[in-house]
Amino acid sequence: MICDGWQEQFDSYVDDASTGRGPDEFAALEEHLRSCPSCAAEIFTRMQLKRATRAAAARYIPSSDFRRRVEKSIHAESKPTWGWTWIPNLAGAVALILLVAVSTLLWTRHARHQEAIAQLLDMHVATLASSNPVDVVSTDRHTVKPWFQGKLPFTFNLPELQGSPYKLLGGKLVYFDRNPTAQLVFELRKHELSVFIAQENQQSAFSRTGESDARENGFTVESWNQNGLRYVIVSDAGPTDVRALGDLLKSAARQ
Amino acid sequence: MRYTVQAVADHLGDSGSFEDLAMPHFARLYNLACWLTHDTVVAEDLVQETYMKALRGFSSFQQGTNFRAWIYRILRNTFLTSKTGLKVVATIDLDDETAAEPAYQVTPESLLLARVATETLQRALESLPMHFREIILLCDLEEMSYQEISQALGIPIGTVMSRLSRARKAMRTLLAAGKEALRP
Repeated sequence: MICDGWQEQFDSYVDDASTGRGPDEFAALEEHLRSCPSCAAEIFTRMQLKRATRAAAARYIPSSDFRRRVEKSIHAESKPTWGWTWIPNLAGAVALILLVAVSTLLWTRHARHQEAIAQLLDMHVATLASSNPVDVVSTDRHTVKPWFQGKLPFTFNLPELQGSPYKLLGGKLVYFDRNPTAQLVFELRKHELSVFIAQENQQSAFSRTGESDARENGFTVESWNQNGLRYVIVSDAGPTDVRALGDLLKSAARQ
Repeated sequence: MRYTVQAVADHLGDSGSFEDLAMPHFARLYNLACWLTHDTVVAEDLVQETYMKALRGFSSFQQGTNFRAWIYRILRNTFLTSKTGLKVVATIDLDDETAAEPAYQVTPESLLLARVATETLQRALESLPMHFREIILLCDLEEMSYQEISQALGIPIGTVMSRLSRARKAMRTLLAAGKEALRP
Protein backbone atom coordinates (compact mmCIF):
# COMPACT_ATOMS: atom_id res chain seq x y z
CA MET A 1 0.00 0.00 0.00
CA ILE A 2 1.36 3.37 -1.00
CA CYS A 3 1.64 5.81 1.85
CA ASP A 4 -0.52 8.92 1.70
CA GLY A 5 1.17 12.20 0.84
CA TRP A 6 4.08 10.79 -1.19
CA GLN A 7 2.42 9.63 -4.35
CA GLU A 8 2.21 13.05 -5.98
CA GLN A 9 6.00 13.23 -6.05
CA PHE A 10 6.51 9.85 -7.67
CA ASP A 11 6.28 10.95 -11.30
CA SER A 12 8.55 13.96 -10.80
CA TYR A 13 11.06 11.76 -9.00
CA VAL A 14 11.02 9.07 -11.69
CA ASP A 15 11.29 11.70 -14.42
CA ASP A 16 14.04 13.50 -12.52
CA ALA A 17 11.98 16.61 -13.03
CA SER A 18 12.35 19.69 -10.90
CA THR A 19 9.07 21.01 -9.59
CA GLY A 20 10.57 24.15 -8.12
CA ARG A 21 10.83 22.92 -4.53
CA GLY A 22 14.56 23.59 -4.32
CA PRO A 23 17.73 21.48 -4.64
CA ASP A 24 16.69 19.08 -1.87
CA GLU A 25 13.13 18.67 -3.00
CA PHE A 26 13.38 14.87 -3.15
CA ALA A 27 15.46 14.46 0.03
CA ALA A 28 12.43 13.76 2.22
CA LEU A 29 10.99 11.31 -0.30
CA GLU A 30 14.29 9.42 -0.50
CA GLU A 31 14.38 9.25 3.29
CA HIS A 32 10.87 7.82 3.23
CA LEU A 33 11.75 5.26 0.54
CA ARG A 34 14.54 3.90 2.73
CA SER A 35 11.99 2.96 5.36
CA CYS A 36 8.97 2.01 3.18
CA PRO A 37 9.26 -1.12 1.03
CA SER A 38 5.85 -0.54 -0.61
CA CYS A 39 6.66 2.94 -1.91
CA ALA A 40 10.17 1.83 -2.89
CA ALA A 41 8.68 -1.04 -4.88
CA GLU A 42 6.27 1.33 -6.59
CA ILE A 43 9.09 3.71 -7.55
CA PHE A 44 11.13 0.77 -8.81
CA THR A 45 8.20 -0.45 -10.92
CA ARG A 46 7.69 2.98 -12.40
CA MET A 47 11.37 3.32 -13.28
CA GLN A 48 11.39 -0.10 -14.88
CA LEU A 49 8.27 0.71 -16.83
CA LYS A 50 9.70 4.02 -18.00
CA ARG A 51 12.85 2.27 -19.20
CA ALA A 52 10.85 -0.46 -20.91
CA THR A 53 8.56 2.09 -22.56
CA ARG A 54 11.58 3.99 -23.93
CA ALA A 55 12.94 0.80 -25.48
CA ALA A 56 9.57 -0.26 -26.87
CA ALA A 57 8.68 3.17 -28.24
CA ALA A 58 11.86 3.51 -30.32
CA ARG A 59 10.17 1.44 -32.93
CA TYR A 60 10.12 3.22 -36.28
CA ILE A 61 13.22 4.10 -38.28
CA PRO A 62 12.97 6.28 -41.39
CA SER A 63 14.49 4.94 -44.57
CA SER A 64 17.60 6.62 -45.94
CA ASP A 65 15.65 7.25 -49.13
CA PHE A 66 13.03 9.23 -47.20
CA ARG A 67 15.71 11.23 -45.39
CA ARG A 68 17.30 12.12 -48.74
CA ARG A 69 13.94 13.23 -50.09
CA VAL A 70 13.37 15.58 -47.16
CA GLU A 71 16.92 16.94 -47.37
CA LYS A 72 16.44 17.54 -51.08
CA SER A 73 13.19 19.39 -50.40
CA ILE A 74 14.91 21.58 -47.82
CA HIS A 75 17.71 22.40 -50.26
CA ALA A 76 15.24 23.18 -53.02
CA GLU A 77 13.24 25.44 -50.71
CA SER A 78 16.06 27.19 -48.88
CA LYS A 79 18.51 27.66 -51.76
CA PRO A 80 16.79 29.45 -54.65
CA THR A 81 17.87 28.34 -58.08
CA TRP A 82 20.11 30.48 -60.29
CA GLY A 83 17.04 31.31 -62.32
CA TRP A 84 15.57 33.11 -59.32
CA THR A 85 18.68 34.64 -57.78
CA TRP A 86 19.68 36.78 -60.74
CA ILE A 87 16.20 38.20 -61.31
CA PRO A 88 16.26 40.61 -58.34
CA ASN A 89 19.78 41.71 -59.30
CA LEU A 90 18.77 42.26 -62.91
CA ALA A 91 15.61 44.08 -61.84
CA GLY A 92 17.71 46.31 -59.61
CA ALA A 93 20.17 47.05 -62.42
CA VAL A 94 17.36 47.81 -64.89
CA ALA A 95 15.66 50.07 -62.35
CA LEU A 96 18.94 51.92 -61.77
CA ILE A 97 19.57 52.34 -65.51
CA LEU A 98 16.01 53.59 -66.00
CA LEU A 99 16.37 56.00 -63.10
CA VAL A 100 19.62 57.40 -64.50
CA ALA A 101 18.19 57.60 -68.03
CA VAL A 102 14.99 59.33 -66.92
CA SER A 103 16.91 61.71 -64.65
CA THR A 104 19.31 62.58 -67.48
CA LEU A 105 16.43 63.10 -69.89
CA LEU A 106 14.55 65.32 -67.46
CA TRP A 107 17.67 67.29 -66.61
CA THR A 108 18.51 67.76 -70.31
CA ARG A 109 14.96 68.84 -71.07
CA HIS A 110 15.00 71.27 -68.19
CA ALA A 111 18.36 72.67 -69.30
CA ARG A 112 17.14 73.13 -72.88
CA HIS A 113 13.91 74.68 -71.66
CA GLN A 114 15.84 77.14 -69.52
CA GLU A 115 18.15 77.93 -72.43
CA ALA A 116 15.23 78.64 -74.79
CA ILE A 117 13.50 80.85 -72.24
CA ALA A 118 16.74 82.74 -71.61
CA GLN A 119 17.14 83.42 -75.35
CA LEU A 120 13.57 84.72 -75.64
CA LEU A 121 14.09 86.96 -72.63
CA ASP A 122 17.21 88.32 -74.27
CA MET A 123 15.29 89.01 -77.48
CA HIS A 124 12.47 90.71 -75.57
CA VAL A 125 14.88 92.93 -73.62
CA ALA A 126 16.88 93.72 -76.76
CA THR A 127 13.69 94.70 -78.58
CA LEU A 128 12.64 97.09 -75.82
CA ALA A 129 16.12 98.59 -75.69
CA SER A 130 16.16 99.19 -79.44
CA SER A 131 15.37 102.59 -80.88
CA ASN A 132 13.30 100.74 -83.52
CA PRO A 133 11.68 97.99 -81.49
CA VAL A 134 9.32 96.86 -84.30
CA ASP A 135 9.48 96.84 -88.10
CA VAL A 136 5.79 97.40 -88.63
CA VAL A 137 4.47 100.11 -86.35
CA SER A 138 0.72 99.97 -86.04
CA THR A 139 -1.98 99.49 -83.51
CA ASP A 140 -4.23 98.01 -86.16
CA ARG A 141 -4.19 94.23 -86.30
CA HIS A 142 -5.33 94.40 -89.96
CA THR A 143 -2.10 96.20 -90.73
CA VAL A 144 0.27 94.15 -88.64
CA LYS A 145 -0.94 90.71 -89.68
CA PRO A 146 -0.70 91.28 -93.44
CA TRP A 147 2.79 92.66 -92.98
CA PHE A 148 3.98 89.15 -92.22
CA GLN A 149 2.60 87.75 -95.47
CA GLY A 150 5.40 86.30 -97.55
CA LYS A 151 7.77 86.55 -94.63
CA LEU A 152 6.47 83.59 -92.64
CA PRO A 153 5.51 80.07 -93.77
CA PHE A 154 2.38 80.31 -91.58
CA THR A 155 -0.26 82.83 -90.58
CA PHE A 156 -2.03 83.68 -87.36
CA ASN A 157 -4.95 85.71 -86.05
CA LEU A 158 -4.67 88.71 -83.82
CA PRO A 159 -7.35 89.57 -81.28
CA GLU A 160 -9.62 92.61 -81.33
CA LEU A 161 -8.19 94.72 -78.54
CA GLN A 162 -10.80 97.44 -78.50
CA GLY A 163 -12.25 97.65 -75.02
CA SER A 164 -9.29 95.78 -73.52
CA PRO A 165 -6.37 97.34 -71.60
CA TYR A 166 -3.94 95.98 -74.19
CA LYS A 167 -2.58 97.93 -77.09
CA LEU A 168 -0.80 96.52 -80.13
CA LEU A 169 2.43 98.42 -80.85
CA GLY A 170 3.55 96.50 -83.93
CA GLY A 171 5.65 93.54 -84.93
CA LYS A 172 8.80 92.32 -86.57
CA LEU A 173 10.34 89.23 -88.08
CA VAL A 174 12.99 87.49 -85.99
CA TYR A 175 14.80 84.21 -86.30
CA PHE A 176 14.90 81.89 -83.39
CA ASP A 177 17.04 78.80 -83.71
CA ARG A 178 17.12 79.44 -87.49
CA ASN A 179 13.32 79.42 -87.72
CA PRO A 180 11.33 82.48 -88.87
CA THR A 181 9.35 83.79 -85.92
CA ALA A 182 6.82 86.60 -85.54
CA GLN A 183 7.46 88.92 -82.63
CA LEU A 184 4.49 91.09 -81.71
CA VAL A 185 4.79 93.83 -79.14
CA PHE A 186 1.83 94.82 -76.98
CA GLU A 187 1.51 97.44 -74.31
CA LEU A 188 -0.37 97.21 -71.03
CA ARG A 189 -0.24 100.38 -69.03
CA LYS A 190 3.55 101.04 -69.02
CA HIS A 191 4.49 97.41 -69.54
CA GLU A 192 5.54 95.90 -72.83
CA LEU A 193 4.71 92.34 -73.74
CA SER A 194 6.44 90.37 -76.49
CA VAL A 195 4.50 87.60 -78.17
CA PHE A 196 6.64 85.17 -80.17
CA ILE A 197 4.86 82.93 -82.66
CA ALA A 198 6.59 80.16 -84.66
CA GLN A 199 5.77 76.79 -86.15
CA GLU A 200 5.71 73.98 -83.62
CA ASN A 201 8.70 71.77 -84.20
CA GLN A 202 9.90 69.30 -81.62
CA GLN A 203 13.45 69.70 -82.87
CA SER A 204 13.52 73.45 -82.45
CA ALA A 205 14.61 75.20 -79.30
CA PHE A 206 11.48 77.36 -79.48
CA SER A 207 9.24 74.35 -78.85
CA ARG A 208 11.33 73.48 -75.81
CA THR A 209 9.73 76.32 -73.91
CA GLY A 210 7.05 73.74 -73.14
CA GLU A 211 3.53 74.26 -71.80
CA SER A 212 4.16 76.51 -68.88
CA ASP A 213 3.93 79.77 -67.11
CA ALA A 214 6.87 80.73 -65.02
CA ARG A 215 8.91 83.54 -63.59
CA GLU A 216 12.39 84.07 -64.95
CA ASN A 217 14.53 86.89 -63.52
CA GLY A 218 11.38 88.82 -62.61
CA PHE A 219 9.83 88.31 -66.08
CA THR A 220 6.69 86.35 -66.63
CA VAL A 221 6.82 83.72 -69.35
CA GLU A 222 3.76 81.91 -70.68
CA SER A 223 3.91 79.36 -73.46
CA TRP A 224 1.39 77.16 -75.24
CA ASN A 225 0.75 75.28 -78.44
CA GLN A 226 -2.29 75.95 -80.63
CA ASN A 227 -3.09 74.99 -84.23
CA GLY A 228 0.44 73.77 -84.83
CA LEU A 229 1.92 77.05 -83.67
CA ARG A 230 3.93 77.74 -80.56
CA TYR A 231 3.11 80.96 -78.70
CA VAL A 232 5.38 82.42 -76.05
CA ILE A 233 4.63 85.63 -74.15
CA VAL A 234 7.46 87.36 -72.31
CA SER A 235 6.87 90.42 -70.15
CA ASP A 236 7.67 92.19 -66.96
CA ALA A 237 3.90 92.44 -66.36
CA GLY A 238 2.34 90.21 -63.76
CA PRO A 239 1.21 86.64 -64.44
CA THR A 240 -2.48 87.61 -64.41
CA ASP A 241 -2.01 90.25 -67.09
CA VAL A 242 0.13 87.95 -69.20
CA ARG A 243 -2.43 85.18 -68.92
CA ALA A 244 -5.23 87.56 -69.91
CA LEU A 245 -3.38 88.48 -73.11
CA GLY A 246 -2.79 84.81 -73.73
CA ASP A 247 -6.52 84.16 -73.45
CA LEU A 248 -7.23 86.89 -76.01
CA LEU A 249 -4.72 85.35 -78.42
CA LYS A 250 -6.15 81.87 -77.87
CA SER A 251 -9.65 83.12 -78.58
CA ALA A 252 -8.47 84.80 -81.78
CA ALA A 253 -6.69 81.63 -82.90
CA ARG A 254 -9.92 79.66 -82.56
CA GLN A 255 -11.77 81.97 -84.97
CA MET B 1 18.15 18.49 -13.94
CA ARG B 2 18.66 16.01 -16.75
CA TYR B 3 21.82 16.31 -18.86
CA THR B 4 21.28 14.08 -21.87
CA VAL B 5 23.35 14.23 -25.05
CA GLN B 6 20.25 15.47 -26.82
CA ALA B 7 19.69 18.29 -24.34
CA VAL B 8 23.29 19.47 -24.68
CA ALA B 9 23.06 19.29 -28.47
CA ASP B 10 19.88 21.35 -28.33
CA HIS B 11 21.48 23.94 -26.15
CA LEU B 12 24.58 24.27 -28.29
CA GLY B 13 22.90 23.94 -31.61
CA ASP B 14 20.00 26.33 -31.34
CA SER B 15 21.84 29.14 -33.06
CA GLY B 16 22.67 27.27 -36.31
CA SER B 17 21.08 27.04 -39.75
CA PHE B 18 17.73 25.38 -40.23
CA GLU B 19 19.20 22.18 -41.63
CA ASP B 20 21.81 21.97 -38.86
CA LEU B 21 19.11 22.35 -36.25
CA ALA B 22 16.37 20.29 -37.84
CA MET B 23 17.97 17.20 -39.36
CA PRO B 24 19.32 15.74 -36.08
CA HIS B 25 15.68 15.40 -34.99
CA PHE B 26 14.64 13.66 -38.20
CA ALA B 27 14.59 10.06 -37.00
CA ARG B 28 12.91 10.96 -33.70
CA LEU B 29 10.23 13.05 -35.40
CA TYR B 30 9.54 10.24 -37.81
CA ASN B 31 9.19 7.78 -34.92
CA LEU B 32 6.78 10.14 -33.15
CA ALA B 33 4.86 10.70 -36.39
CA CYS B 34 4.42 6.94 -36.79
CA TRP B 35 3.12 6.67 -33.24
CA LEU B 36 0.67 9.50 -33.89
CA THR B 37 -0.60 8.31 -37.25
CA HIS B 38 -0.25 4.49 -36.97
CA ASP B 39 0.71 4.56 -40.65
CA THR B 40 4.27 4.86 -41.99
CA VAL B 41 3.18 6.38 -45.32
CA VAL B 42 1.03 9.01 -43.61
CA ALA B 43 3.89 9.59 -41.15
CA GLU B 44 6.30 10.31 -44.02
CA ASP B 45 3.89 12.89 -45.44
CA LEU B 46 3.48 14.39 -41.99
CA VAL B 47 7.24 14.68 -41.41
CA GLN B 48 7.81 16.10 -44.88
CA GLU B 49 5.11 18.71 -44.36
CA THR B 50 6.44 19.51 -40.90
CA TYR B 51 9.92 20.21 -42.26
CA MET B 52 8.59 22.43 -45.02
CA LYS B 53 6.41 24.38 -42.61
CA ALA B 54 9.26 24.71 -40.13
CA LEU B 55 11.60 25.94 -42.87
CA ARG B 56 9.12 28.56 -44.10
CA GLY B 57 8.40 29.67 -40.56
CA PHE B 58 12.00 29.48 -39.37
CA SER B 59 12.20 33.26 -39.11
CA SER B 60 9.58 33.10 -36.36
CA PHE B 61 11.73 30.69 -34.34
CA GLN B 62 13.47 32.60 -31.56
CA GLN B 63 17.16 31.65 -31.60
CA GLY B 64 18.26 30.32 -28.25
CA THR B 65 14.88 28.82 -27.41
CA ASN B 66 14.11 25.12 -27.59
CA PHE B 67 14.12 24.00 -31.21
CA ARG B 68 13.01 20.44 -30.46
CA ALA B 69 9.89 21.63 -28.66
CA TRP B 70 9.23 24.13 -31.46
CA ILE B 71 9.44 21.63 -34.32
CA TYR B 72 7.51 19.00 -32.40
CA ARG B 73 4.74 21.53 -31.90
CA ILE B 74 4.64 22.11 -35.66
CA LEU B 75 4.46 18.36 -36.27
CA ARG B 76 1.68 18.01 -33.73
CA ASN B 77 -0.36 20.93 -35.07
CA THR B 78 0.09 19.66 -38.62
CA PHE B 79 -1.15 16.26 -37.54
CA LEU B 80 -4.10 17.60 -35.55
CA THR B 81 -5.27 19.67 -38.52
CA SER B 82 -4.95 16.72 -40.92
CA LYS B 83 -7.84 14.43 -41.77
CA THR B 84 -6.52 11.70 -39.47
CA GLY B 85 -5.77 14.17 -36.72
CA LEU B 86 -9.20 15.76 -36.78
CA LYS B 87 -10.75 12.37 -36.06
CA VAL B 88 -8.40 11.98 -33.09
CA VAL B 89 -9.25 15.44 -31.76
CA ALA B 90 -12.92 14.52 -31.81
CA THR B 91 -12.25 11.64 -29.40
CA ILE B 92 -10.16 13.57 -26.84
CA ASP B 93 -11.96 13.89 -23.54
CA LEU B 94 -10.92 17.23 -22.09
CA ASP B 95 -12.57 16.36 -18.77
CA ASP B 96 -9.55 14.20 -18.13
CA GLU B 97 -7.51 17.32 -17.42
CA THR B 98 -9.63 18.39 -14.49
CA ALA B 99 -10.39 15.01 -13.00
CA ALA B 100 -8.86 13.94 -9.71
CA GLU B 101 -5.45 12.27 -9.68
CA PRO B 102 -5.66 8.50 -9.94
CA ALA B 103 -4.59 6.44 -6.96
CA TYR B 104 -2.08 3.70 -7.71
CA GLN B 105 -2.44 0.35 -6.12
CA VAL B 106 0.61 -1.82 -5.67
CA THR B 107 -0.44 -5.20 -6.86
CA PRO B 108 1.53 -8.29 -7.82
CA GLU B 109 0.74 -7.34 -11.46
CA SER B 110 2.36 -3.93 -11.08
CA LEU B 111 5.63 -5.55 -10.10
CA LEU B 112 5.52 -7.59 -13.27
CA LEU B 113 4.84 -4.62 -15.52
CA ALA B 114 8.52 -3.84 -15.95
CA ARG B 115 9.08 -7.25 -17.42
CA VAL B 116 6.28 -7.25 -19.97
CA ALA B 117 7.21 -7.98 -23.53
CA THR B 118 8.09 -5.13 -25.82
CA GLU B 119 5.28 -6.12 -28.12
CA THR B 120 2.76 -5.84 -25.27
CA LEU B 121 4.06 -2.41 -24.38
CA GLN B 122 3.78 -1.30 -28.00
CA ARG B 123 0.21 -2.60 -28.19
CA ALA B 124 -0.65 -0.75 -24.99
CA LEU B 125 0.89 2.46 -26.35
CA GLU B 126 -1.05 2.11 -29.60
CA SER B 127 -4.26 1.63 -27.61
CA LEU B 128 -3.80 4.78 -25.57
CA PRO B 129 -5.69 7.93 -26.57
CA MET B 130 -3.49 10.22 -28.64
CA HIS B 131 -2.96 12.86 -25.94
CA PHE B 132 -1.88 10.19 -23.44
CA ARG B 133 0.34 8.41 -25.95
CA GLU B 134 2.17 11.54 -27.02
CA ILE B 135 2.89 12.78 -23.49
CA ILE B 136 4.37 9.40 -22.54
CA LEU B 137 6.48 9.41 -25.71
CA LEU B 138 7.71 12.95 -25.10
CA CYS B 139 8.58 12.23 -21.49
CA ASP B 140 9.83 8.64 -21.55
CA LEU B 141 11.19 8.31 -25.08
CA GLU B 142 12.26 11.85 -25.91
CA GLU B 143 13.22 12.58 -22.31
CA MET B 144 11.79 16.06 -22.58
CA SER B 145 11.56 18.04 -19.36
CA TYR B 146 8.13 19.08 -18.15
CA GLN B 147 8.99 22.60 -19.32
CA GLU B 148 9.78 21.35 -22.84
CA ILE B 149 6.61 19.27 -22.95
CA SER B 150 4.68 22.31 -21.83
CA GLN B 151 6.12 24.29 -24.77
CA ALA B 152 5.64 21.48 -27.27
CA LEU B 153 2.02 20.84 -26.35
CA GLY B 154 1.14 24.42 -25.46
CA ILE B 155 -0.24 23.52 -22.04
CA PRO B 156 0.69 24.60 -18.48
CA ILE B 157 3.21 22.51 -16.53
CA GLY B 158 0.53 21.57 -14.01
CA THR B 159 -1.52 20.08 -16.85
CA VAL B 160 1.60 18.26 -18.10
CA MET B 161 2.01 16.59 -14.70
CA SER B 162 -1.61 15.63 -14.26
CA ARG B 163 -1.95 14.38 -17.84
CA LEU B 164 1.24 12.36 -17.53
CA SER B 165 0.01 10.80 -14.31
CA ARG B 166 -3.29 9.83 -15.91
CA ALA B 167 -1.56 8.56 -19.04
CA ARG B 168 0.65 6.26 -16.99
CA LYS B 169 -2.28 5.02 -15.03
CA ALA B 170 -4.11 4.23 -18.26
CA MET B 171 -0.99 2.52 -19.60
CA ARG B 172 -0.69 0.32 -16.54
CA THR B 173 -4.34 -0.56 -16.69
CA LEU B 174 -3.94 -1.64 -20.32
CA LEU B 175 -0.80 -3.62 -19.50
CA ALA B 176 -2.49 -5.37 -16.60
CA ALA B 177 -5.43 -6.22 -18.83
CA GLY B 178 -3.03 -7.42 -21.51
CA LYS B 179 -1.25 -9.74 -19.13
CA GLU B 180 -4.57 -11.18 -18.00
CA ALA B 181 -5.41 -11.86 -21.61
CA LEU B 182 -2.05 -13.51 -22.23
CA ARG B 183 -2.27 -15.63 -19.12
CA PRO B 184 -3.11 -19.28 -20.05
